[in-house]
Amino acid sequence: MQLSDFRDPELTKELLETLRKLCGDRTMNLMEVCGTHTVSIGRYGLRKAVPEGVKLLSGPGCPVCVTSNHDIDTAIAMARVPNVTVATFGDMVRVPGSSTTLGAQRAHGADIRVVYSPLDALEIARKEPQHNVVFIGVGFETTMPVVGASIQMAAEEGLQNYFVLSAHKRTAPALEVIANDPQTRIDGFILPGHVSTITGVEPYRFLAETYGIGGVVTGFEPVDILNGITRLAAMVVQQKPAIENAYSRGVNNNGNLTALATIKDVFEPCDAQWRGLGVIPLSGMRIAEKYRAFDALEAFEPDVEPVRETKGCRCGDVLRGRIAPDACPLFGRACNPENPVGPCMVSSEGSCAAYYRYRDTPL
Amino acid sequence: MCLAVPSKIVSIDSMLMATVDVMGISRTCSLRLVPQARVGDYVLVHAGFAIQLIEEQEAAETLALFHELPGLFEDELGEDLTAEAEQRTA
Ligand code: SF4
Repeated sequence: MQLSDFRDPELTKELLETLRKLCGDRTMNLMEVCGTHTVSIGRYGLRKAVPEGVKLLSGPGCPVCVTSNHDIDTAIAMARVPNVTVATFGDMVRVPGSSTTLGAQRAHGADIRVVYSPLDALEIARKEPQHNVVFIGVGFETTMPVVGASIQMAAEEGLQNYFVLSAHKRTAPALEVIANDPQTRIDGFILPGHVSTITGVEPYRFLAETYGIGGVVTGFEPVDILNGITRLAAMVVQQKPAIENAYSRGVNNNGNLTALATIKDVFEPCDAQWRGLGVIPLSGMRIAEKYRAFDALEAFEPDVEPVRETKGCRCGDVLRGRIAPDACPLFGRACNPENPVGPCMVSSEGSCAAYYRYRDTPL
Repeated sequence: MCLAVPSKIVSIDSMLMATVDVMGISRTCSLRLVPQARVGDYVLVHAGFAIQLIEEQEAAETLALFHELPGLFEDELGEDLTAEAEQRTA
C-alpha cells in the first residue's frame, strides 16, 4: 500500500487549484465531524490553504468532548465504589467533570487504569477476580462494536466481574441537530471515515434528501481530505447535494455487517445528553436487556454529584460549529493544553486542542 | 479516538486472535468483527479489534479517481484545466 501517494504535494496543489477554480468567489461552510479529521486538517494547514470563501468548521467529532458532565461525573463516581477498578481510554482521565477528574481521583488512591482496548480491561477482570472491573464505554459507532464484542466475550466466558458504563453516541442524530440549527448554515459535511467503516453510508442519506446538504465520506490524508472538500464544493456549485463515499479503501457502502450485528445484539438506542447539543432522542446506546448483568449502572448504582457546568468555557458553541475555538475568550490564555478548562482542550482530538497545536502551521 | 491503523495479519491464533504487524511493530488484535480475514490480509485496527479488511485494489482505485477529478467538473472549470489534467495523467 502506498500511503505516501495520499500525501503527494503535487496532487495536493493540483486539488487546491481545482478547488479554487471551482469555487470562484463563492462562500460555503463545510463541517468536519470527526476528531481525526480535525487533527489532519490542522496538521496539514488545510484550514488556511483552501480558498478564502471555503470555511472549514469543526463539529461534534470528539467523543470525549461531547460526553456530558453528568456522564463524566458518573465515571468518577464509579471509581469511588468500593472494590471497583475503572478501566478507561486515556483521553478520559484528564477531562474535568463537575468538580474533579478521574486523574485526580487516581492520585487520591482510586484504582483507575488506562487501557488501549476493552480486551485489556477483560484481561484485568480475568486475572483479578477479586476486583470488579468497569470499562468506561465512550465513543461513536467505531467503538461500539469493539466494546460490544468485549461484553459478548465476557458472557461467553462466564466472567462475573466485568462491567461497562455505556456512554456511546450515534453520529447521525447529532448531524441532524446541526442541520436544524438556525445559527449555523452548513453547506456540506465531511463525513467521518472510521465511523462509516462500521455504519456504511446509508445513515447519512437523510442529510441530502431532507435537508439538501451533501456529504462525502473521507479518509485522513491531505489528498483524501481535499478530494472530499472538492467533491462537496462541486455539489454546492452544481446544487446537487448527495452522499458519496470517497474512502472506499476503508469503507464499504453497507458498512461492516458483523460489527453492526454485534452492536444490535448488545446495545439498544436510548436518549442521550450531549455537551453543547442537549438531549438528542435515540442518540445514545445503553446495554440491552439480554446483557443487563454487564451494565455497570445497574450493578453499582453509584452516587453521582449534581452537575455544575464550567464557567466561561464555550465548548458547547465550539462543538456546534457556532464559534471557532479561538473565538473563546479563554482560548490560549486561561485555557491551554497544560491547563485545560474544558474537554475540547483536553483531548488531543478536541477542536480547541487541535487549533492550539496547529495555530501556526503552514501548508 | 476513532483512529484505525492499517495492519498486516502475520498469524491467526486461537479464539480469533491474530498477531499483526503495524509499521514494523508486532501487536495482537481480535478478528471477531472481521472473521473472514486471512493471514497476509491488511486490516484496519481500532482499539484492539480489526474493523475492516482493506483491499489493495481499492487503494489503487481511490488514487485513480483523484486524477479524474478535474474532468468531473468540466462545466465549471472550462476546457483548459481538464485538458491539462488529461495530459498529466496520460
Ligand atoms: S478554549 Fe478552553 S474554555 Fe474555551 S471553549 Fe475551548 S476548552 Fe472551553
